[in-house]
Amino acid sequence: MSALGEFRTLRRPAGRLSAAEKREQTRDTKAAAVFLTPWLLGLFGITIGPMIASLYLAFTDYNLLQDPKFTGLDNIRRMFTDDRLAHSLQVTFTYVIVSVPLQLALALALALLLDRGVRGLSLYRSVLYLPSLLGASVAIAVLWRLVFGAEGLVNAFLSLFGVEGRGWVSEPDTALGTLIILHVWTFGAPMVIFLAGLRQIPRELYEAASTEGASRIRQLFSITLPLLSPIIFFNLVLGIIGSFQSFTQAYIVSGGTGGPSDSTLFFSLYLYQEGFTSFRMGYASALAWLLLIIIGAFTALNFWASRFWVFYND
Amino acid sequence: MTDALATLPHRDPARPARDQAAPAPGRRRNSARRRFASIVKHACLIAVCLLMLYPLLWMVASSIRPNDDIFTSSGLFVDTFDFDHYPTGWDALAYPFSTYLLNSFLVVLGSVVGNLISCSMAAYAFARLQFRARRLAFAAMLITIMLPIHVLIIPQYVVYAQLGWINTYLPLIVPKFLATDAFFVFLMVQFIRGIPRELDEAARIDGAGHARIYAQIMLPLMIPALATTAIFTFIWTWNDFFTQLIFITKPDLYTVPVALRSFIDAQSTSDYGGMFAMSIVSLVPVFLVFLFGQRFLLRGIATTGGK
Repeated sequence: MSALGEFRTLRRPAGRLSAAEKREQTRDTKAAAVFLTPWLLGLFGITIGPMIASLYLAFTDYNLLQDPKFTGLDNIRRMFTDDRLAHSLQVTFTYVIVSVPLQLALALALALLLDRGVRGLSLYRSVLYLPSLLGASVAIAVLWRLVFGAEGLVNAFLSLFGVEGRGWVSEPDTALGTLIILHVWTFGAPMVIFLAGLRQIPRELYEAASTEGASRIRQLFSITLPLLSPIIFFNLVLGIIGSFQSFTQAYIVSGGTGGPSDSTLFFSLYLYQEGFTSFRMGYASALAWLLLIIIGAFTALNFWASRFWVFYND
Repeated sequence: MTDALATLPHRDPARPARDQAAPAPGRRRNSARRRFASIVKHACLIAVCLLMLYPLLWMVASSIRPNDDIFTSSGLFVDTFDFDHYPTGWDALAYPFSTYLLNSFLVVLGSVVGNLISCSMAAYAFARLQFRARRLAFAAMLITIMLPIHVLIIPQYVVYAQLGWINTYLPLIVPKFLATDAFFVFLMVQFIRGIPRELDEAARIDGAGHARIYAQIMLPLMIPALATTAIFTFIWTWNDFFTQLIFITKPDLYTVPVALRSFIDAQSTSDYGGMFAMSIVSLVPVFLVFLFGQRFLLRGIATTGGK
């Protein structure tokens, strides 16, 4: 069961405890206090505490040197007139909405191709999975910068066909595209999750469908996709949450600027610039909360929409 | 098998793959068509694999060709070898690259140890103890998996700055000892749930307390999950750029990702070969971990993806 599925079970009400169970609960609570000490310290000291602090800082002017100065709704008002923020949101939304479905579609297509007992499955799987481990690294972002540079691999390849290339990463209308390609390149991780999910589908269902004369296409839409839908949902939710926070690739490909012309100014990159290069930590905190609200809203929307297309077999 | 993590890598022998079903003798044409379909399928897969690996192979080829050749050749064939990029790249930055490698290894080591201890302790409590407010705590843990680090990083920075922890590895390592990578807590909870309860109940009847059950029964049984955690922590910490960029600003403390970034800043030298060479060096540990730990990696991501 995935982290998302857990919430469904948590919603179910707990039964009443008997006296013996209560005694055991008291004993277990003492033990849990010990086992959970590191986690609790982390939860309050490194997660909840800073969260509350950043909520406060969001309403202040703070440059790290002087004490934070409470400024009420100034930071929020500023957001509405901040053109770079608007632009950065646009870039980030485009990135998320294009790259996540593309990546998942490719992951699903290859998982389906690999599912039916292909010879050499484990080799294919390894090769396709490897990029998703490397993709988040600075080294690959450096590589991307050169592959799609004015004198890079892509242009050298295009020139073989007499096609005039361009500086893919240095021109505003293509720079974001190169980052989307990089994200799609790392489709191996969701692919492996799909493969594991496909394996859980009882083969008998296909056999029964075959004898009834259902075509492979029909089987895909009537058996595979419905039974895989919880996993598609899982990958979609985590993919969206993750790609809203993308940072490294945009930072490296643009040399930390989010350029050219802010065309790769991912939200996290803008937040980093505001907080850690301009030291406007109050405003950066407000941005962080905006990001949290956006991610939360997208996730809630996803959960709401899931009731129309995700099929739970329990 | 109750072991939830073991469901992925091997096809269940009791379920033969459809394609292996022996064709009936009178269906020659069908088998020819099937063979053709299989060839097409393999051709597609090989093409995709080559496309995926091409940039990586090109990077390797570029690191051993003269700078002048790098951008004129899109192929992988190297006619003039030039291995100088490795020594020059190694010494191209303020400190030799070994410094950065060592720094990264230090951070990775601390993170792995921290995650193994703290996450397994928390997971034992969540999976086996019926304590009060368990549901609430568990829900809180699940939510933190999805929490973006951005809402935490600024106050964390302020606190670490006051503690004098900036330009030390403490901000990178201490949180790992406090189970902040909740993803691994969840992964281990899943794993422990697959271990039969009779084992700890038998130990309890023999008078073992929770500390002993955890240390002497659970931990040895959890080795696959611990391996998965160690490997993922290794790779994610090795690749992590955002927090290392923020907390480490002194060049002698740079980790590999932060050091590689300075190649881009200092690109006036246009020693692309050196940059490629060091990029490859930085990927080697991840590649090795992938090679030897693949089994655990695949199991790990498959477990967490079930419905």
